[in-house]
Amino acid sequence: MGHGITGLLLVALGGALGGMGRFAVSNIMAHLLGNAFPWGTLIVNASGALIAGWLLGYFDMLITQPLWLFTIAGLLGGYTTVSSFSLQTLELWQRGQAPRAALNIAATLVLGLAMAILGWLLGTGAQ
Amino acid sequence: MSWKVYLAVGVGSGAGSVLRYAISLATMTAFGGYFPWGTLLVNVLGSGLIGWLAATISRFPHTQLARWQPLLIAGFCGGFTTFSLFSLETIHLIQHGYPTFALLYVLVSLPLWLMAVWLGERIALSRPPSQ
Repeated sequence: MGHGITGLLLVALGGALGGMGRFAVSNIMAHLLGNAFPWGTLIVNASGALIAGWLLGYFDMLITQPLWLFTIAGLLGGYTTVSSFSLQTLELWQRGQAPRAALNIAATLVLGLAMAILGWLLGTGAQ
Repeated sequence: MSWKVYLAVGVGSGAGSVLRYAISLATMTAFGGYFPWGTLLVNVLGSGLIGWLAATISRFPHTQLARWQPLLIAGFCGGFTTFSLFSLETIHLIQHGYPTFALLYVLVSLPLWLMAVWLGERIALSRPPSQ
């Protein structure tokens, strides 16, 4: 199943929907809060980590292969991003805004991991 | 912002996600599942690629490549790299009694992502101006 064409299609479909969701959230955040700080990517990554943690906590090892492929590998994998985070951090640094670049790194790591743990705790509690 | 741009992002992100999944399966077969090599690899490669694409497109804004920007940057690079799996894997390592590996994973990933995007940009800017 996982190596079959159905598995690949589930990853592709989830990844496509997740990517469009990320694009929408990034655009809305840029519109609301401006481009001085990459809020969109931060919010996408924090919320994606929260949902991924919740799924892992709720289903634990019992998560089925198709559900894992569609939600974790596809939807949330496509929704969250490291490439935009890297590019935006570099851009902040090159614009002479080293404190903002450092803040982006710290906020992404701390918030991302904290949200994944919070999601996991909420998920195991909701079992 | 037309629906075509969203469609392009979706197609790029779907393709990037499938390639990420294929690489994670391949690295698991090759190196085992103890350390998340696959995610580390896609995030470093994707960061390098976005750095190269962004710099190349800003240098040559009237090329075919620039027209494909939503599909390639927000789409492919975004879908190919993943932060949610990075977080899950870090927590997974902690939960299974490997806090040192978890710390190592974070401390190795971050500088490599940033070095890759910087290197990608350097490579793009070092190309001769004629294209």
